Formats: sequence, C-alpha cells, structure tokens
Amino acid sequence: MTTLPVLLVPRPLPQRRAGELPKGLFGGGLLAAVLAAFMISILAADARAAIGNAASSDVLPILLKWSPLVLHGFLFNLLVSVLSMAIGTALGLWLGLGRVSHFPWLRRAASTVIQFFRNAPWLVLLFYCMFLLPFSITLPFATVPLPDTAKAVIGLSLPVMANVAEIVRGGVQSIPMEQWESGEALAFSRSQILWMVILPQCLRRMIPPWMNLYAILTMSTPLISVVGIQDSMTLARAALVAEGRTDLFIPMYLMLLSWFFLYCYPIARWTTALERRFQVRI
Amino acid sequence: MEGIADFFRWLADARGLNFSIFYDALDRSRFLEGLWTTVKLSVICTLLSLAIGIVGAWLQGARFAPARQLVQGYVQFFRNTPPLVQLFFFYFAVGNQLPHVLDEHGMLVPPISNVGWAILSLSLFAGAFNVEIFRAGIEAVPRAMVEAAESLGYSRLGVFWHVLLPLSFRISLPALNNNLVNLVKTTTLAYAIAVPELLYAAAQIWSEVLNVREMMNVLLVTYVALVAVLVLMMGRWERALRIPGYNP
Repeated sequence: MTTLPVLLVPRPLPQRRAGELPKGLFGGGLLAAVLAAFMISILAADARAAIGNAASSDVLPILLKWSPLVLHGFLFNLLVSVLSMAIGTALGLWLGLGRVSHFPWLRRAASTVIQFFRNAPWLVLLFYCMFLLPFSITLPFATVPLPDTAKAVIGLSLPVMANVAEIVRGGVQSIPMEQWESGEALAFSRSQILWMVILPQCLRRMIPPWMNLYAILTMSTPLISVVGIQDSMTLARAALVAEGRTDLFIPMYLMLLSWFFLYCYPIARWTTALERRFQVRI
Repeated sequence: MEGIADFFRWLADARGLNFSIFYDALDRSRFLEGLWTTVKLSVICTLLSLAIGIVGAWLQGARFAPARQLVQGYVQFFRNTPPLVQLFFFYFAVGNQLPHVLDEHGMLVPPISNVGWAILSLSLFAGAFNVEIFRAGIEAVPRAMVEAAESLGYSRLGVFWHVLLPLSFRISLPALNNNLVNLVKTTTLAYAIAVPELLYAAAQIWSEVLNVREMMNVLLVTYVALVAVLVLMMGRWERALRIPGYNP
C-alpha cells in the first residue's frame, strides 16, 4: 500500500522556501561548489596528463601564467559594459519618456522604436553597427574617427536603450494617477510634475530591473569577440592556441565562466534583495 | 512570382539595391534553409527547455535537500554566466574531450555535431530561466489547492502533474513568453560555432554577393517578424488556456 501525502504526519513548513537564497551577497555553498568544480577540472586534467604521455602535469601554473592576460580582456569587457550601459540609459530615459508623452505621434514612434530594438537579436544589431557605421564622422569643425570598439559599444547600447525605455515606462505608469492630479492642483506644470514629483518616486522602483539589465548586458559583452574585437574570449582562445594542449580547454573556459559568475551573481543577489525591500506591501 | 524577381533585378540594376535573395535561386535557397534551421533550432530548444523547466521545478519542491541544492546551483550558474562562453565551453572544451566515433563513411568524427552542442547549450541556458519561472508560478498557486488535492488522495507526483502544473503554467505564461522570445534571439549565437542558421546564411550571402547593407536590413526585419509571429502565437495560446472565472 502506498503512503499518500495526506496520511503522513504534518510537518512544519521549512523556514526558507525552496527557491529562496540564504543571506549575504554570496550563497556560501554555491561559491564553494563553483570553486570545487574549477579545482576538480584542473586535477582531472593533471591526472589525465600524468597517465597519458603529455609533457607535464602542470595545468594550474599554465593557467596562472595566462590569467593576467585574460583578466585584462575581462576588464575590457567590463569597461564596454559600463560604457554601453551609460549610453543606453541616457538614450533610453528620453525614449521611455517619449513613450508616456501626451503627443500620440511621439508615443507611437517611441513604441515602434522600442519594439524593434527589443525584438532584434543583440548579435544582429552588433553586426549591423560594425558593418554599417562609417569609419569616421565628419563634423563641420573636425573629423572624428570611429574605432571598432566605439561601434561595438554603440551596437550594445541600442538594445539597452530599448529595455531602459521599457523600465522607465513601467516606472512612470506604476505611480498612481493621484500624484499627477495633486501636482496639477498645486499648479505645477506637466514637466515640473514629471521631474520633481513622478521621477524621484519611480527611481527606487526602477533600480532593480535596471541592475538586472546591467547583468544581462555584462553577460552579452563576449559577443564582441564574434565581430572581431579583442576581449577576454579572444584572449582565452589565443592562449589555448599558443599552448596547443586540449586538456587545458575545460579549465580555461571554466576559469572565464567563473569570473563572469563572480561578477554577475552578487549583482543578481543584490537585485533580489532590493526588490524585496522596495516591494509595495498591501 | 516572376514579377517580384524582375522587380528586384531591376532594383539591383537601376538603383544599386541588391536584394539577391529575391531573384537569385541559390541565394534564396540558402536564405530559406538558414531560416528553416533557425526555426528548427528554436522549436527543439523550446521543447527541451520546457522539459528542463518542468523537471527542475518539480525537483525544487522535493523533500530531498541535495536535489533542491543541485537544481539551485544549476539555475544560478547558467543564469549568471555568458551564454556565448557556455556555448564555447560545451563545443570546444567538452566536445574535445569526448572520444571520436566512426561515421558511415569510416571517418573519425566527434560524437555530437555543432548543431547538437548548440541545441544542448541553448536548452540548458533557457531551461535555467524556465525553472525559476515555473517555480514562481507554483508558489503563486494557493496552498489550499495542494491540501485539497492531497485530501482527495493524490500522490505527490499526482498533485504536481494534475493540479500544480496546469494552474502554475497559466500563471507563468507571460514570463515564459518573454523567455522564449529571448531564446529565439539567442539562437543567433550558434553562428559562432558555424551552425548554418539564419545569421550564418546571411553572412555567407553578403560576403559573396557583397550586399551587406541590404542583407543586414533583410536579416533585422526577418528576426523581428519571427519574434512577432511567436508573440502572436503565444498570445493566442494564453487566451485559449484561460480558465473562465479563475483569476489567480
């Protein structure tokens, strides 16, 4: 006879629900697991080298030798992510405000732009900017060269712009109508209400999704290696080619993965914590 | 059909706008094959990632703690690392370590092709998000529903399959919608490991015909249209699945 759940002795619900995470920016266990997987991959590669006829069993020293170079590329990835986020946020704020404007044509145009850039794949937009932006821009007073890195930053900032615009729209629309009405009653103009009453209030609600977007952007920066810019991926592959040992592949890529994880995971944790703190309690 | 081809041939000659896929049979077939590969890749990855999501969400409610922690580790790792590096990790690193096998021509080939690795890697990436989405949906189902089902004699699996999953699926459909759109956009990454999908086919065409500008625009419009069709279908499905009178 099977034991049906209803026949079991009722147990108190666990304090922490299954999906929730422990306190702190890092779940201690998860961090340990990532490091353990990394070490095991190194030991396995070592063991394989010792059994086979590979020259030596020194995977960790080789990784350490190359890690400053790859780290350099990783920092470049982070720089690209910060620049794209800055440009995307600046443009997206105006696009989002256009989306909630009182002019129907402006609203419709902004909505079309947002839908287009949100639905296009990041890699295709990146290709688009790399190939179709000119090498230099001629202004009346000077000619500004446009290096590949600048094009890549622009390419990544376009989808960021559209997503920031959606966040701004959501934030502005989440503020109750009464706020607008009381602003009007106090004889504020529409732009005064927007900048002095509405935006300061929705800033707090916009921060968690904005941080989430930043993490997504950071995880998309390796795409620039596909269009031929030297970032951490390119350098990691170059290091692997230089060593010419297949047993290095897994530890090297795991190293890169864990760096991204160590950077993005705390952001994700922080975002969840902020979301919970800013939650509107009913 | 001939009229369209003639129009685009005229456009190329008179205006210099070379949309070769509309009049050149080879380019058209390459483009359509690329589109078909993208659609196939998207559908297979969607189904696999849904399966991963359902199994993962079920395991997250398990009483066995290590199973919960394992799923949690998988979800957090795949959500917080770049999908492109994941793809390269699977294709170049793991794929290299597997022993090669003989194919029908007697050649030594890797056991999993680049298409196979793309499917596996993208499904695992999207699946990690689906686990979280389904878990959130399951948590939104009132506890009383589960208790009612238990008192009716359902087993744990029965409660999950017949009560929790159908209700939570409807709650999580909007979020799922978003994730599947993301998945379709992420299939472009397979370009990096030479899977002949839409972006790869387009790149082949523009490097031979030298019509980068025209192909780029065709590519953008095609992807936006593809996503629009998916959104439309998901919207219809959402309406079809709605239970009248049940508003969670």
